[in-house]
Amino acid sequence: MNEVSMFPGDEEMILEITNRIEAFPKRRDSLIPILQMIQERCSYLPPQAMESIATHLQVSISEIYGVATFYNQFRFHPPGRHQIKVCLGTACHVVGGDIILENFERKLGIKDGETTADLEFSLERVACVGCCALAPVAVVDETTHGHMAPSKVEGILLGFEIMRDQAEREGRTQDES
Amino acid sequence: MKVDQDSPGARFARLQDECRKRFQARITPGIPVISIGMATCGLAAGAIETRKAFEAILGERGIQARIESVGCLGHCYAEPLVIIENPGFPPIAYHEVTPGKARALVKAFLEEGDPLFEFVLGAMEENDLIPSVMDFPRFHLEKRLVLEGCGRIDPTDLDAYVAAGGYAALAKALAMSPSEVVRTVLESGLRGRGGAGFPAGLKWQCAGNADARVKYVICNADEGDPGAYMDRTILESNPHQVLEGLAICAYAVGAGEGIIYVRAEYPLAVNAVGRAIAQAREHGILGDSVLGTDFHLDAKVFQGSGAFVCGEETALIQSLEGKRGMPLHRPPYPARSGLWGMPTVINNVKTLASVPPIMRNGADWYRSIGSARSPGTAIFSVVGKVVHPGLVEIPTGTTLRTLIFEVCGGPPKQKAFKAVQIGGPSGGCLPGSFLETPVDFDSLTEAGAMMGSGGMVVMDEDSCMVNVARYFLDFTQKESCGKCTFCRIGTRHLLNILDRITRGEGREDDLEKLESLSADIQKGSLCGLGKTAPNPILTSLRYFRDEYEAHIHEKRCPALMCRAITAFYIDLDRCARGCDACVGSCPVEAIFTTRGRKKAIDQDRCVKCGECLVACPAEYDAVRKVSPAELAPIFERLEE
Repeated sequence: MNEVSMFPGDEEMILEITNRIEAFPKRRDSLIPILQMIQERCSYLPPQAMESIATHLQVSISEIYGVATFYNQFRFHPPGRHQIKVCLGTACHVVGGDIILENFERKLGIKDGETTADLEFSLERVACVGCCALAPVAVVDETTHGHMAPSKVEGILLGFEIMRDQAEREGRTQDES
Repeated sequence: MKVDQDSPGARFARLQDECRKRFQARITPGIPVISIGMATCGLAAGAIETRKAFEAILGERGIQARIESVGCLGHCYAEPLVIIENPGFPPIAYHEVTPGKARALVKAFLEEGDPLFEFVLGAMEENDLIPSVMDFPRFHLEKRLVLEGCGRIDPTDLDAYVAAGGYAALAKALAMSPSEVVRTVLESGLRGRGGAGFPAGLKWQCAGNADARVKYVICNADEGDPGAYMDRTILESNPHQVLEGLAICAYAVGAGEGIIYVRAEYPLAVNAVGRAIAQAREHGILGDSVLGTDFHLDAKVFQGSGAFVCGEETALIQSLEGKRGMPLHRPPYPARSGLWGMPTVINNVKTLASVPPIMRNGADWYRSIGSARSPGTAIFSVVGKVVHPGLVEIPTGTTLRTLIFEVCGGPPKQKAFKAVQIGGPSGGCLPGSFLETPVDFDSLTEAGAMMGSGGMVVMDEDSCMVNVARYFLDFTQKESCGKCTFCRIGTRHLLNILDRITRGEGREDDLEKLESLSADIQKGSLCGLGKTAPNPILTSLRYFRDEYEAHIHEKRCPALMCRAITAFYIDLDRCARGCDACVGSCPVEAIFTTRGRKKAIDQDRCVKCGECLVACPAEYDAVRKVSPAELAPIFERLEE
């Protein structure tokens, strides 16, 4: 694992989390709710926060990683700005969900579970988002895209590119004026 | 004995009266009501845009109407689904209501009284004007006990639930002794809907008889099967019914704390249950004195963190205690020694949601529904290759044929039915010869499948059984908690073998290896995950052995699904000169122009996604799919 660098503002975030951890009862069964609280706040579990939990619950840090890595929900790296989740539930599988995932992987140049180098996109597979009638399905940020096809993959990514270009142009014109 | 001098019945009658009044006060007579299905599936299909469109056009036109967000009717194919109650008309359901349809409906139906027959799914009650939904097999073959309120009432509104008769069962139970409640559930024959079908009454009796100061009731909503979503729908669409069942169970066994264990991946359900608990507490349905009696009960939501094995009750308890969710040896059963070593009843969402109707109508009534050995209803999420996918609640004993072909419309596009996979990763695949099997716990288990989670995936001629078995093994292999060697390593080997078979690299003795390894995993695993993990392989081997053999001996996938041994090519006799439709569709630029300005596919580049097959205009229909891959003719690239 790479040395985890701190982003600007991270120190305050860790401080805030440490304070919020204090509010939980010092009991073993607080562990999972604490982990969930941190992930909700930071979108992943920063190592510094894990140390705070260990201190608060008086449990070894390896024990905490043991629990956190057991469950699929927890992430140990910051996700991209845009999160792409490709459903590989049973219904999506029988109509080619894996082809959709592959297309995202090819277009973004990353594998599932990874984040692009510019931290723009992260890609993951999920087991059933529960709208099987729309299979195959991909969830991009908060939007569910049903009846996916490889050409739609291109369309979605193109949409983000256009939005980014537009934002850049607007930023430039604002700078000029 | 009683804290209040009122009986729970009198106390409840007062509550019901208040709720009804409040509920009525919100309804303005003569004003149309537009109910929009806003559970996860509706939202995914665009219900928010539909709602916004309704709001905008109503405002624009200055029309008074009340928009209600309701849960899910289970008709996933028809989402976004909207029911409009326009005074003077029966309530009418509309399917696939896009923003455009929403605007059209307001203008034509609410303004001019034209219900726009072309958009109508059906009327929700019998009438002379519009065909009723009850004329469709999808509706009249269903029997809704658990899903009754889903999609009809606002899940965020306690008054709506109580006004519709909710919590009357709890009041009735509180007037009985706990052992009488247990006896009613025992006599009803209710079996646990989590999959195994253990009689719920026996579990309650065991925990009820246990001598302990503290007892727990847990509602298991850790729905993990990738393809089943009924628990989520129930919690999102009618959380109070589950809460009522939980309260009745807690009273019957003498538990003071209820925990609803919901997957964190279901944020809407987590919110819905949390809100329902707060409302119930506020109205004296939960708390120190439930409906004025000395029975006290508190409830809370615990968010599961996404481990399939936590659906197993001992693993679920481990995770509640803040540990890795690994199953323990049973006995002791949780009903004797569960959470923190105390007697704990763990029931599935559907089991608990079945309890209120049983208490209201009695054990005999429940026994009269469905088959004798598994009375009641079964809920399936039928997905895959059917015309009308969605949630279906049918009396047990209905045959698979009725369920798949009549209720859900069978495979679309006149494709032939091939198999149905029942019960998710623990279940099995049944071929057409089993279509007369009635759906109940025992018949399905005898056939080699199981009720399991209630996930049902219908497959047609285009689905490869080896590929589907591989899919489920891939899932269980990842989800194995790692405690038992056979499950941890054995499933990995099963997956490796299936992997090479689907790649066309299968070996002669692979099928024997699959069988013997499966038997070992079944014997050597502690919990249901390992014991049932080989089921998808064993049943498909039993009924579709020829498909496995075609993969191994001929390197051929009969369903043309396994991509490593299939290929696409363009039939030059059909390809139209100068047509470019496929070229733009190809994500990897594998299509090039060959002799006579016709197109050909570069097999080295092709990723076999099938886009060109879709893009090729129907009048040419030139793209072909073959297996083994070597059958595809090779076309040379022309030097330019």
